[in-house]
Amino acid sequence: MRRIISILMENEPGALSRVVGLFSQRGYNIETLTVAPTEDRTLSRLTLTTLGDDRQIERITKNLNKLIEVVKLVDLTEGPHIERELMLCKVKATGAQRAEVKRTVDIFRGQIVDVTSSVYTVQLAGTSDKLDAFVGTIGDAQVLEVVRTGVSGISRGEKVLSI
Amino acid sequence: MEKLSGAEMLVRALQDEGVEIIFGYPGGAVLHIYDALFQQDKVQHILVRHEQAATHAADGYSRATGKPGVVLVTSGPGATNAVTGIATAYMDSIPMVVLSGQVRSDWIGDDAFQETDMVGICRPIVKHSFSVRKPEDIPEMMKKAFYIATTGRPGPVLVDIPKDQTSPLVKVPYEYPKKVKMRSYSPVARGHSGQIRKAVDEMLKARRPVIYAGGGVILGDGSEYLTKLAKLLNFPVTNTLMGLGAYPGSDPQFLGMLGMHGTYEANMVMHSSDLIVAVGARFDDRVTNHAEKFCPGATVIHVDVDPASISKNVRADVPIVGPVRQVLEEMVSMIEESPDRPDAKALERWWDEIKGWREYHGLRYEVNDGGPMKPQQVVQALYKATKGDAYVTSDVGQHQMFAAQFYKFDQPRRWINSGGLGTMGFGLPSAIGVQFAFPDAMVACVTGEGSIQMNIQELSTCLQYGLPIKVININNQALGMVRQWQDMQYGGRHSQSYMDSLPDFVRLAESYGHVGIRVDRIEDLDEAMEKAFSLKDRLVFMDIYVDPSEHVYPMHIADGSMRDMWLSKTERT
Ligand SMILES: Cc1cc2nc3c(=O)[nH]c(=O)nc-3n(C[C@H](O)[C@H](O)[C@H](O)COP(=O)(O)OP(=O)(O)OC[C@H]3O[C@@H](n4cnc5c(N)ncnc54)[C@H](O)[C@@H]3O)c2cc1C
Ligand SMILES: Cc1ncc(C[n+]2csc(CCOP(=O)(O)OP(=O)(O)O)c2C)c(N)n1
Ligand SMILES: [Mg+2]
Repeated sequence: MRRIISILMENEPGALSRVVGLFSQRGYNIETLTVAPTEDRTLSRLTLTTLGDDRQIERITKNLNKLIEVVKLVDLTEGPHIERELMLCKVKATGAQRAEVKRTVDIFRGQIVDVTSSVYTVQLAGTSDKLDAFVGTIGDAQVLEVVRTGVSGISRGEKVLSI
Repeated sequence: MEKLSGAEMLVRALQDEGVEIIFGYPGGAVLHIYDALFQQDKVQHILVRHEQAATHAADGYSRATGKPGVVLVTSGPGATNAVTGIATAYMDSIPMVVLSGQVRSDWIGDDAFQETDMVGICRPIVKHSFSVRKPEDIPEMMKKAFYIATTGRPGPVLVDIPKDQTSPLVKVPYEYPKKVKMRSYSPVARGHSGQIRKAVDEMLKARRPVIYAGGGVILGDGSEYLTKLAKLLNFPVTNTLMGLGAYPGSDPQFLGMLGMHGTYEANMVMHSSDLIVAVGARFDDRVTNHAEKFCPGATVIHVDVDPASISKNVRADVPIVGPVRQVLEEMVSMIEESPDRPDAKALERWWDEIKGWREYHGLRYEVNDGGPMKPQQVVQALYKATKGDAYVTSDVGQHQMFAAQFYKFDQPRRWINSGGLGTMGFGLPSAIGVQFAFPDAMVACVTGEGSIQMNIQELSTCLQYGLPIKVININNQALGMVRQWQDMQYGGRHSQSYMDSLPDFVRLAESYGHVGIRVDRIEDLDEAMEKAFSLKDRLVFMDIYVDPSEHVYPMHIADGSMRDMWLSKTERT
C-alpha cells in the first residue's frame, strides 16, 4: 500500500542524507520526496511516499524515529489528510491541438504559465492521481517534458504535526 | 571564561567526561590533538599498531567496564582502518566515541591528501555522527556524543574533526555543558506499568515458561534483577551468545546458550515453551532458526529499550519498551507483592522434562583416546586453571562457540566477543582493552590460528604496556568454522579453508618479547595452562594443536525450527 510519511526534523547538514540512507540501507523504496525548512527555521519538514504492507511501514517508521535528528513523524495515510503535488509540464501545442490542450488544462484546473508558438507550459497542482490523469489525457505524443515536486501532505482538521 | 584551542577543548571534554583512557594512532590531521594530549596527564593514550585494534580495544574496555570506549584516529586511512571496529561495536550496541581527523574545512570535497568522507562511510554503522564546523561547537558536540553513545540503546558515535578546527592559533571560551537537552532524542526511561503488569500476569499463569535473556541485560546492568526474577519464579533461563554471564552460568536453573550452537536442552525448552520472557535480546536469526517455525506454542513477552527491536523478527504478544533494569525491578516487586505464584505442580513437571533433555544430550563430545586433543578439552582446561574467574575474550569461529559452550560465566561483562558482526581479529585487541580496565585480572583471549593473524601485530602493543594477557590459540590448522560448513553442506570440499604454512607461533611470540608454549598432547595441557597463568606479569601465547576434524554441535538444521538440530556428525533430532 502507498503511504505518505511526514517528518519533522532538525534543519541540519547531514539529516537528509541519513533519512535517504536509511531507505537504501534497509531496502525500503522511496517513491517521492520533498523537503524544505518550516516557519521555524531550525526545523525541516520532509514528506515522502513509499510502498509497503503494515509490517514494513511499522519498521520504516520505527527506524526513522531512531534517527537522532528526527523530531516527530506521522503516517498521514492513517487518517484523513490532504495531499498535493505540483507539476510543470511542457506540451506540444500547434494547430488544432492548441485549443484542445487549453480545454484540457481548464478541465483539470491548471494554468498555462508560459507560451510559445508551438509549446504551452502548464502548471498543475493536485493529488498524484490527478497529475497522472492529466498526463494520460494529453498523451505521450504531446508531452515534451514533465517535472513534479513529489507529494506534500497535511492532516485534515485540528491535528497538527509540530513540536 | 577560560580560552582554549579546539584541540585543547577536545582533550578537556574527555577529562570532563571522566575518560581515563583512549586508544589511537596519530597522523597529520590529528597532530594538534596529539600535542594537546601530550601536555596533560589525566587522559592516558594507548598507542596500538593498527587502527582497527584501537576500536576493538576501546570496545573491549567498554564491554568489561560499562563505560564508553574512546578512539582517536587520523583522517583517510587511519579512519577507514577503524571502520570494521566501529561496525563491530554498532552490531553489538557498544557505547563508543570515535574521534576521527579530517582535512582542513576548506579542502573538504577536493580529494585532498588523506581525505575520506568518514561521516558518509560510517552512516549505516554509527548511532550518530557529528562534524565540527566551528571550534565553539566542540564542548556541546562532545557532550552530546557521549550522551547519545551511552543512553537508550548504546552505540558508537563518530566525531569528525577538520584539522583547522583544532588549530592552536584559534582560542575560544570553553565551558563544558552540565546537561544535554535534545528535543529530537529522548530514550525511554521507564517501561509502561500496565504492560509490565500484563507480563507479570502471563508469568504467573505460565506452565512451561522460559526466560531468554540477551546482551541488553548486560548492557543495561540488569543481571541482579534477572536473577531475582528467575529465582522468585523458579523459571529456567537461557542466554544468547551476547547474554552469557547475565545469569550465573553454573546455576542449576541455567540451560546454557540457545540458538544455532545452543545446548540441546535450551533449544528444546524454547520450542516446547508456553511463555517466552525475552529480555534485552533481539531474536537474531542465529537464535530463532526459521522465524515462521519459531516456538509455535509460546506467548512472547519482549522487553527492549529499542522499539525497533520489538516485533522485528518475531511478533511480541506483550511488548515492553524500556530499560531492562527498571522493568525487571518492577516485575520483581510486583511479584513479591502478589500472593499468586505459578502452578508448582506444572513447573515441577516442566523441570522433569528439562532434566530429561539435559541427560539425553547436555554438551557431550567424543574424546580421542591417544589421538589429537579436542578443542573442547582446551576450554575446559582453561576453565579449570582460571577457576572460572577470568575475563575471556574471543575471536570468531569454532573456538568461539566452544568457549561459549564450555566456559561458565557466573558474572556479567566477563565474556567478550563479537556476535553481531562476527569479526575475526577482535580477540587480542579487545583483551588489551580489558586488561587496561582490570590490570590485575586474569584475561584470556581464546582464538584460532586464522583469527589471531588478523591482528597479531598487537602483540607489540602488549609488550609496550606490559599486558599479561594469555592467548589461547586453539590451533586446528584450518578455518574450522568454514570447514565445518563445507563438510556439512559442500560435500567436504574444503575450498580455501585450509591454513597452509602457519608460522611457528612460539617463536613469533618470543620475537615480540613474550613467552610461547606449544602443546600437542592432552597429558601436557593442564600443566601448561597452570604454568601460563602462574606467569603473572608476562603475556603467554599458548599454541595448542587440536583435532582439525572436530565440529561444533549441537547445530541447528537450516530453515528448521528451534528443536531441529544436528547433535553429532551422524545424529539428528
Ligand atoms: C559464528 C557465530 C555463531 C553464532 N551463534 C549463535 C548462537 O548459537 N546463539 C546465539 O544466541 N547467538 C549466536 N551468535 C550471535 C548472534 O549473531 C547475535 O549476535 C546474538 O544472538 C544477539 O544477541 P542478543 O539477542 O542478546 O542481542 P544483542 O546484540 O546483545 O542486542 C541487545 C538487545 O538489547 C537491547 N538493549 C540494549 N540495552 C538495553 C537496555 N538497557 N534495556 C533494554 N534493552 C536493551 C538492544 O536494543 C538490543 O535489541 C553467533 C555469532 C557468530 C559470529
Ligand atoms: C574478518 C572476517 N573474515 C571472514 C570471516 C568468516 N569466518 C568465520 S569463522 C572463520 C574461520 C575462523 O578460523 P579460525 O580463527 O582458525 O577459527 P576456527 O573456526 O578454526 O576455530 C571465517 C573465515 C569472519 N567471520 N570475519
Ligand atoms: Mg582454526
